[in-house]
Amino acid sequence: MYAQMVKTDSDRVKSLAEMNPQERDFQERVDRGEKIEPKEWMPEAYRKTLIRQIGQHAHSEIVGQLPEGNWITRAPTLERKAILLAKVQDEAGHGLYLYCAAETLGVSRDELLALLHSGKMKYSSIFNYPTLNWADIGAVGWLVDGAAIMNQVQLQKTSYGPYSRAMVRICKEESFHQRQGYDIMMKMAFGTPAQKAMAQDALNRFWYPALMMFGPSDKDSVHSAQSMAWKIKINTNDELRQKFVDQTVPQARYLGLTIPDPDLKWNEEKAGHDFTEPDWSEFFDVIAGNGPCNRERMNARVKAWEDGAWFRDGLVAHAEKVADRRAAARVAAE
Amino acid sequence: MAALADTAAGRAALLEFLLRTGDNTLILGHRVSEWCGHSPVLEEDIALANTALDLIGQTQLWLGLAGEVEGQGRTADNLAYLRDAAEFRNVLLVERPNGDFGQTLMRQFLFDAWHFELLKALQGSTDPRVAEIAAKAIKEVSYHLERSADLVVRLGDGTAESHRRMQNALDELWSYTGELFVGDDADEALADAGVAPSPASLKPAWDAAVARVLGEATLAIPSSGYVHKGGKRGVHTEHLGYILAEMQFLQRAYPGATW
Amino acid sequence: MSSEWPLWEVFIRGQHGLNHRHVGSLHAPDAELAIKHARDVYTRRNEGVSIWVVKSNDISASSPSDKGPLFEPSNSKVYRHPTFFEIPEEVGHM
Repeated sequence: MYAQMVKTDSDRVKSLAEMNPQERDFQERVDRGEKIEPKEWMPEAYRKTLIRQIGQHAHSEIVGQLPEGNWITRAPTLERKAILLAKVQDEAGHGLYLYCAAETLGVSRDELLALLHSGKMKYSSIFNYPTLNWADIGAVGWLVDGAAIMNQVQLQKTSYGPYSRAMVRICKEESFHQRQGYDIMMKMAFGTPAQKAMAQDALNRFWYPALMMFGPSDKDSVHSAQSMAWKIKINTNDELRQKFVDQTVPQARYLGLTIPDPDLKWNEEKAGHDFTEPDWSEFFDVIAGNGPCNRERMNARVKAWEDGAWFRDGLVAHAEKVADRRAAARVAAE
Repeated sequence: MAALADTAAGRAALLEFLLRTGDNTLILGHRVSEWCGHSPVLEEDIALANTALDLIGQTQLWLGLAGEVEGQGRTADNLAYLRDAAEFRNVLLVERPNGDFGQTLMRQFLFDAWHFELLKALQGSTDPRVAEIAAKAIKEVSYHLERSADLVVRLGDGTAESHRRMQNALDELWSYTGELFVGDDADEALADAGVAPSPASLKPAWDAAVARVLGEATLAIPSSGYVHKGGKRGVHTEHLGYILAEMQFLQRAYPGATW
Repeated sequence: MSSEWPLWEVFIRGQHGLNHRHVGSLHAPDAELAIKHARDVYTRRNEGVSIWVVKSNDISASSPSDKGPLFEPSNSKVYRHPTFFEIPEEVGHM
């Protein structure tokens, strides 16, 4: 998931009886499945939480361009290069849609980017891992997009109108991403021994980071409960993680690859797999800035932004000049 | 006229032309794709990726046809990934490093203005396969040119800094534009057969378009008439070797694998 | 300087001659570039044949609190919908 551990500013979820009439009206609308639209009244905590969540999601899309972009110039065929480029371009588009959704809540894209660049806002932990061989590009599509889609499909039903509409558009475009990833994995897993080894290596390195994408268990988290009451979170982290494991195990088996978890096994009773939890201390290290690529990712984003300032400013200056000239021409004509 | 492809020399000239055209789009597409994820603003990142995608698509067509004309069973991928630098036929302009965003846009504009004239002429090629590819590509390249010309004007006539950067870019790249118009025997044979225009014939229209846009951009055309050349006959700058080392790595390291 | 590019709303008419439909927004320094950006951002999958852009600030919107007075009266005017009228089967399709 591209938004992890989003705080809600709540210490507990209020019951309807405890709410003032405005809050109650709002909560009842959410409960009925109505969409909340930009200029309508909403609790301040709902607005702030959404900005954090959508912002984090958007940041994840654009930082997420970097690990895959790392292989665009080394893609092994012209077709693979085009597919990968189109895919990474889609991530930029998704970031753009999400920033626009966040902007309807009264924050600008530049403000959100400034928060990302200063480290005050986070992006998904997964993008701090490196892509070391070509099969990693397959694994990212298969596992990382696979995990993200699991959450995003649900979020199409979220209570906030602009977020929901962005998700609908994103899900429509995402459908090719996971498939292209699996397609690369098939070529690698069924290819030469060297290719198969790369595929296994990629799975070994991305399996636990992919499980971490869902975030630590939040079944007792007040933030999670509040977000679910607001319908900006639809499932618990554990539910989605379980679903992801159950979906992925047969896909790995088909590829003839081994999931790096000796304790992974089918549990008839719960009709799902038992599996080993990721190392959460590693997760918190990555979140704290100590993942393998945190520095590179942030440096790349900040550099792109700073190096591009003259370009953005130049275009604004030109647009102003043209507007002034047009105005002057109108005056002269009158 | 149809005799060109019937002689070995004619086929060699056609092959040379197709490699030149396809290598130009391949190398420029590669350079442009390096920006993905690093552009100054999201909208521009997306737009530039579209340009790169168009160029890669055109490469598949030109090099695909080159392989067909060569008749030795080589595919577009074989040609892109398994030739060494001396066998590449792109002009030096497209292998110039990206530099700042202004240099990338200026390179794109100078190339687009030429590319557009070339494709316009190629639509009337006596070789229907060439004409067909040109007809598809010119739709894409018209938009590339519209976009790059527009941005050159805006940035040239923007802030003092954007003006300075665009003028620097122009000064840096100008001496690499002349190669676009230098012809050789192969070019002459193709022009005689009506397959492709002679390079020199594209110059007046290019000059006019470039003068108009740069004038509007308040940029000064450099006075130096020096022409760097060599790419069209396989003598490149040091940059191409690095581009190929990166681009061809997997195909070279794991020969015979399918991807 | 570093002033943020203004926000634009994008409307696209698809292949089938339907009305322009709001598809999303983007940033651009002026209208001409907003149209170019819209082409690159919102028609990557061959979605459109015509683009409108309008500065977000220039859109006047109905106020959410007026939702009742503005839209509820039409709820009671069911005769505006064709299914309100019963046409005898013998008459055929109408």
